[in-house]
Amino acid sequence: MKSNNSIKTVVAVGIGAALFFVLGRFVAIPSPVPNTNISLQYAVLALLAVMYGPVAGGLIGFIGHTLIDLSWGGSPWWSWVITSAFVGVIVGLFAKKLNVQEGDFGKGKVTLFAIANIAAHVIGWIVVAPVLDILIYAEPANKVFAQGAFAAISNTITAVIVGGLLVLAYTKTIAKKGSLDQE
Amino acid sequence: MAANTVLNYLPRKSVIHRLTGTTKLAFFLLFTFASMITYNTWVLLGLLAVSIAAFRLSKIKIREVRFMMIFMLVFLLLNNLFIFLFDPNQGTHLYGTHHVLCHLFWRYDLTAEQLFYMVNISLKYFVALPVAILFISATDPSEFAASLNSIGISYKVGYSVSIALRYIPDIQRDYHSISQAQQARGVELGKNEKFFSRLKNSVNILLPLILTSLNRIDTISNAMELRGFGKNKKRTWYTQRPFARRDFLTLALGVLLLLFSLTVTIKCGRFYNPFC
Amino acid sequence: MTEQNLPVISFKDFSFQYRAQKKPTLTGINLDIYPGERVLIAGPSGSGKSTLAGCINGLNPFSNPGECTGSLIVDGVDAPHSSIFELSAHVGTVLQDPDGQFIGLTVGEDIAFALENSCMPQEQMHSITRHAAELVGIQDHLDYAPHELSGGQKQRVSLAGVMVDQVKILLFDEPLANLDPATGKQAIELIDEIQQKTDTTVLIIEHRLEDVLWKNVDRIVLVNEGKILADLHPDELLSTTLLADNGIREPLYVTAMRYAGIEIAPCKKPSHVNSLILDQTDQKMLQNWFHQKELSEPSGTPEPLLEIKNLSFGYTRNHPTLKDVTLTIYKGEMVSIVGRNGAGKSTLSKLICGFETPDQGTLLFNGRDLSGENIRHRAKYIGYVMQNPNQMISKTMIFDEVALSLRNSGMTEDQIREKVENTLKICGLYPFRNWPVSALSFGQKKRVTIASVLVQDPELIILDEPTAGQDFYHYTEIMEFLRTLNQRGVTVIMITHDMHLMLEYTPRALVFSDGQLIADRSAAAVLCDESLITQAALKETSLFTLANRCGITPPEAFVERFIEEDREVRDNGR
Repeated sequence: MKSNNSIKTVVAVGIGAALFFVLGRFVAIPSPVPNTNISLQYAVLALLAVMYGPVAGGLIGFIGHTLIDLSWGGSPWWSWVITSAFVGVIVGLFAKKLNVQEGDFGKGKVTLFAIANIAAHVIGWIVVAPVLDILIYAEPANKVFAQGAFAAISNTITAVIVGGLLVLAYTKTIAKKGSLDQE
Repeated sequence: MAANTVLNYLPRKSVIHRLTGTTKLAFFLLFTFASMITYNTWVLLGLLAVSIAAFRLSKIKIREVRFMMIFMLVFLLLNNLFIFLFDPNQGTHLYGTHHVLCHLFWRYDLTAEQLFYMVNISLKYFVALPVAILFISATDPSEFAASLNSIGISYKVGYSVSIALRYIPDIQRDYHSISQAQQARGVELGKNEKFFSRLKNSVNILLPLILTSLNRIDTISNAMELRGFGKNKKRTWYTQRPFARRDFLTLALGVLLLLFSLTVTIKCGRFYNPFC
Repeated sequence: MTEQNLPVISFKDFSFQYRAQKKPTLTGINLDIYPGERVLIAGPSGSGKSTLAGCINGLNPFSNPGECTGSLIVDGVDAPHSSIFELSAHVGTVLQDPDGQFIGLTVGEDIAFALENSCMPQEQMHSITRHAAELVGIQDHLDYAPHELSGGQKQRVSLAGVMVDQVKILLFDEPLANLDPATGKQAIELIDEIQQKTDTTVLIIEHRLEDVLWKNVDRIVLVNEGKILADLHPDELLSTTLLADNGIREPLYVTAMRYAGIEIAPCKKPSHVNSLILDQTDQKMLQNWFHQKELSEPSGTPEPLLEIKNLSFGYTRNHPTLKDVTLTIYKGEMVSIVGRNGAGKSTLSKLICGFETPDQGTLLFNGRDLSGENIRHRAKYIGYVMQNPNQMISKTMIFDEVALSLRNSGMTEDQIREKVENTLKICGLYPFRNWPVSALSFGQKKRVTIASVLVQDPELIILDEPTAGQDFYHYTEIMEFLRTLNQRGVTVIMITHDMHLMLEYTPRALVFSDGQLIADRSAAAVLCDESLITQAALKETSLFTLANRCGITPPEAFVERFIEEDREVRDNGR
């Protein structure tokens, strides 16, 4: 049984990265700011990280983001790739606490889920990504922080709202058949 | 769309293609690090020469990767523009002097330092570009997993990458058909909808996509376990090729370039400063 | 004979209970299977036949936790106390989903997968892979990617992938579920051939009995409600009524003989229509039955609903998927579209629904040109139901799912409630309206997706493979439901690989091949035309063979006579 869990994680990482890639690369949903898109991949990352834990979350972010950058045909923009991985790890750390496989997602858990995502995205995009940008690419500080702040806001909204709705819907699908009556 | 086209693999008979995937991956990483560390214009120019030479050796034509080139140029241009708009004096911060070439508007002066900095940052990107394109276009995706494994990454992670490449086309097709069926029911994601209803509507597409993907995860992991995946601490690879002399030479070159870049950075500082 | 050997699989008083369930799924199983046997395990959905297979390959209890009692020995291994890995050296499993088990990026890699996991040196790996590929006839495609292969080819790859381990037992889990009829026939031939070449033991789990019996099997094990009900030679089992009693469809020729009043007995060798022994009396009885009743003639002149004229389309330039298609669908019809995968069937439905835009040609609906109308507009009179309900359902509650399209059209909540409740009543889902979708069976989910389309009052609905993977009971349930809808005036188009469905429910069939409409005639006539059958990868009906053997002409009239009788019997049975 144990072994199947580890195989399942391997597969979940692969399929998760593929989902991350498809949503990040081909799906363009316009955001209110002109010429920018909602990054739906962070909603899916939030759900999968919460289901499969920090290692899987981190790898999904890392592999998915690397593949997106490679497919555009440049060297991956490592600072942002690492940030996607970071977000997956942080949200994944809350997996045990949230325990969504149990099939309930009450107010307390919703709050915790929101906090996890806010923390991950704020630290990720306002601290990790800009600092790495400065270290690796020597870009001007105010530019990278402005970019980071925008990414933080937009990705937090996506992850919390869309990700939250996804987790909620997912927990409902595993609700026990138990006491259902025909009316 | 196949895994080949996800990453634009272009099969060819060239020295570069004959290198093993492991060599290309390792060289790509060594080279990326070498170009990441330094900001020295001369070192970057040297690396660029290596990069372009490798590209020519691969027999891949520029027009075959035109799409990637254009995308990167636009990205670079926008990035430069933002850098300038946010901080026209980043060059001065880095190089310590301030030579105004001309005044543009408001607080924006074009300085020689800024220009030189932006040339350098573009150069830094251009250096990595041909090697990155080569890595993608001259490496058979089938070799990715084996290559990751042979540079010391767990084969399980390597296999995750392989699964991602294998199922991207399937998931893309799923997404496409799910979104068409939802559009027929009035689920819109375009600009006609308000922002928050766009977010809510996206759940109508994502949920079926994720539930079918979770089913897929179950089937695939059963199929893999039934065929003994994870049975041993190691595994061999059908696609792995033996190292030849050219592989060792390429790796040696990669290590040399990294060491060179490191040495210059440590000895002479990260930036080459023509202004003092 | 095999009886002298020791069994290769032996169940003794075996039971299995999934951890998540209150009652055991299998109870009191006693079954011995001998080396070199070909055994068909048949049973309706939920009968426990897949659980039985899962116990043999180790998925139960090692992947799906549960408790085993009694004993199960598989090729000398104490299965419940071993591991999936150990069992996989003895049992090769070919799963149902052709894409889910094709894990490699190319054919070669996928075949070699198990060898890679056993750390086999490369040289040896390449030669074994090649050998296995030759065995299943896929050696010319070793560097092909999965999307370049047909469903049948993918299945060959999966088979080669388990053959590399030199397993003694081959286990096929519903091998026919995703294949077109001709490919299904080839799959059965391939399994037979491999069995003879390698002398393995073959277990096939299937509910499509007639298709499996195309080649000989030694025994049929009938499973229902977790127990073995019969373990007989096909000739003996077909002589009983056990199959029909347990929701498995008998071969059509057997049913036809029963209708004609012929007693089925093992001495008639009923397991194959060609080797079936029909004496003079039997033939006379079939002929009499055929002439007993005149065929009813269709009445009334139909009114056109959808007119398609000179339609052409290609996803990429120079590769047309549809070429110059012209056809008319009439009001109140029930039509099936058949042909091999990639013949353009799904593309046609996408063009009708407006998912894609035609390169050439026109679509008229009730005489009105559709070209200016987008997906959303067309959805109000043309409903599209996808094959996999899980890909369509986007809400967790049934009511919300059905209400979705109305909520997006700006009706008031009261109007919506009335409309949805009405639709749910029509679909027989009203008692479940406040249930979560996840609590429903596959067939019920299918109904939910149909309801969510019907709620917009379409005049035409198009269904992609409405009964794929369903056993006879659920098949009948879904199809009878569609028939009642049709009788309420909804025109129905179905894309299908199921020849039974086409015969029984759709008087008219459109046959596609290579993007062209190659035939437009009665379903019975299509399945009696040998050249058409070959061209479109269909499978002739055994009724055709039976008619020929009794000298009944024209054979399609015999087929239609059968369908009418069958319909009557079933309607009265209700």
